[in-house]
Amino acid sequence: MCGIVGLYLKNPELEPRLGELFCPMLAEMTERGPDSAGIAIYRDDGQYTSKMTVYSSDPDFDWDGLAAEVGRDLGTPVTADRVSTHAILRSDASTRDLRAWLQDHYPNIRAMSAGGALEIYKEVGLPVDVMEQFGIGAMNGTHAIGHTRMATESAVTTEGAHPFNTGDDLCLVHNGSLSNHHRLREWLRRHAGMTFQTENDSEVAAAYLTWRLREGDSLSQALEAGLKDLDGFYTFAVGTREGFSVVRDPIACKHAIMAETDDWVAIATEYRALARLPGVDAARVWEPKPATVYSWGRA
Amino acid sequence: MNTLDLERMAVRDVNQRLHDDAAGTNTDQQYEILNPMGRHAIAVGLNHPFDVTVRGHAGYYCGSMNKEATVTIEGNAGVGVAENIMSGTVHVTGYASQSAAATGHGGLVVIDGDASARCGISMKGVDIVVGGSVGHMSAFMAQSGNLVVCGDAGESFGDSIYEAQLFVRGSVESLGADCVEKEMRPEHVERVRGLLERAGIDADPAAFRRYGSARQLYNFKIGNIGYY
Repeated sequence: MCGIVGLYLKNPELEPRLGELFCPMLAEMTERGPDSAGIAIYRDDGQYTSKMTVYSSDPDFDWDGLAAEVGRDLGTPVTADRVSTHAILRSDASTRDLRAWLQDHYPNIRAMSAGGALEIYKEVGLPVDVMEQFGIGAMNGTHAIGHTRMATESAVTTEGAHPFNTGDDLCLVHNGSLSNHHRLREWLRRHAGMTFQTENDSEVAAAYLTWRLREGDSLSQALEAGLKDLDGFYTFAVGTREGFSVVRDPIACKHAIMAETDDWVAIATEYRALARLPGVDAARVWEPKPATVYSWGRA
Repeated sequence: MNTLDLERMAVRDVNQRLHDDAAGTNTDQQYEILNPMGRHAIAVGLNHPFDVTVRGHAGYYCGSMNKEATVTIEGNAGVGVAENIMSGTVHVTGYASQSAAATGHGGLVVIDGDASARCGISMKGVDIVVGGSVGHMSAFMAQSGNLVVCGDAGESFGDSIYEAQLFVRGSVESLGADCVEKEMRPEHVERVRGLLERAGIDADPAAFRRYGSARQLYNFKIGNIGYY
């Protein structure tokens, strides 16, 4: 099972309503995955070059103290905004330096996402509760991708929830299961220097795409390559800073439906997640073909 | 006309009402179901010659296990529309997702638009008429019945087919294992003509090509009966 949804706004006037439009979509997918949920939101603050969403299991963690410490060490201001169990760190330092510093000084702090626009929030629990916890409904942004999880490949933990972020501003959600993820994980570790935070098969797919992008592929090219190298059943929705892509495996057992108007394009595992989007009655609605990459924006 | 509104009623209650009415004395056999909004399992397991119209897009398994009723979906239908239909008619005015009319034993399923992958998988006697095209692996392991495709068929059409009859007007991307093109004789043209008429689709029956089983994959061969 698992449910995935994605909403990419083509009309900038809708950007203040991103969270409001997105939340009912994810809530509709609760029956497909009630054990945990995750939301990736893309919004460009324009004030800093990088931001990182970080997570602590301690709800009273002193994020301001951490921000002051890392800012002092890296020689550039870092701000921290608490969002429930997560916080957004913003800075002009590179995400690589921020990540390395965190690993050295606070190994228990988990980086959920890194990039310039991407923020990822995920938790164990019912999707509506997770969205409420982080105040997703009030968030603005250009696009969002979400996941409701029914765990099959690894433990039900905050880290095991989707989306997965392995490179700056890239995130992936997955409905399905990969059969060659153990071998591919080892290959990516040894030959591409990739690191992994979980045993989850979807994280391997995200890392694979990160590696291909690093090698110079566009996202579409990376997904084309993935059709050959990733074995199993999958519908992926992949976000980047500029857009998003959807691809299904050649057998296409894992369901997906897409809809597009002049104002937005959306994907969901089931139509009911799209049924309340504005103008959906006049939208072009279709089922993505197997082994075919669909991209929007500059993805 | 009985109106059942899914904004006000749960799917379970709508289906229960249809079952209760079938067992009772309601003489008005016309039903409309409003605001389906992609919900699943609408109007399933009907066992009475009701005329049910779903006004909008339906989710998975709409009209499944139908017996005797006529179910019209004014919109698109999700996965497994009319799955395991026994008799009666299920008509989709838009597109159908994968596994349309899967394992259908009888009755007629009409899809005005395209049907996605595995349309008619394991069909066991149902007649399916698709106004548009069908996706890959359609009529996989089809055992009996007829599938008429006015558009094109995707790859591996009729894979591992038994005795169903397949008719396609457009192109076939590839044939699956043991599926071959067969001669379109006058009786087959008449069969397609009858199915198109029942489906209300205007097309020239002589423009279709026929596909079926080469019977090379059967484990049971009548010539070997003495050895079993």
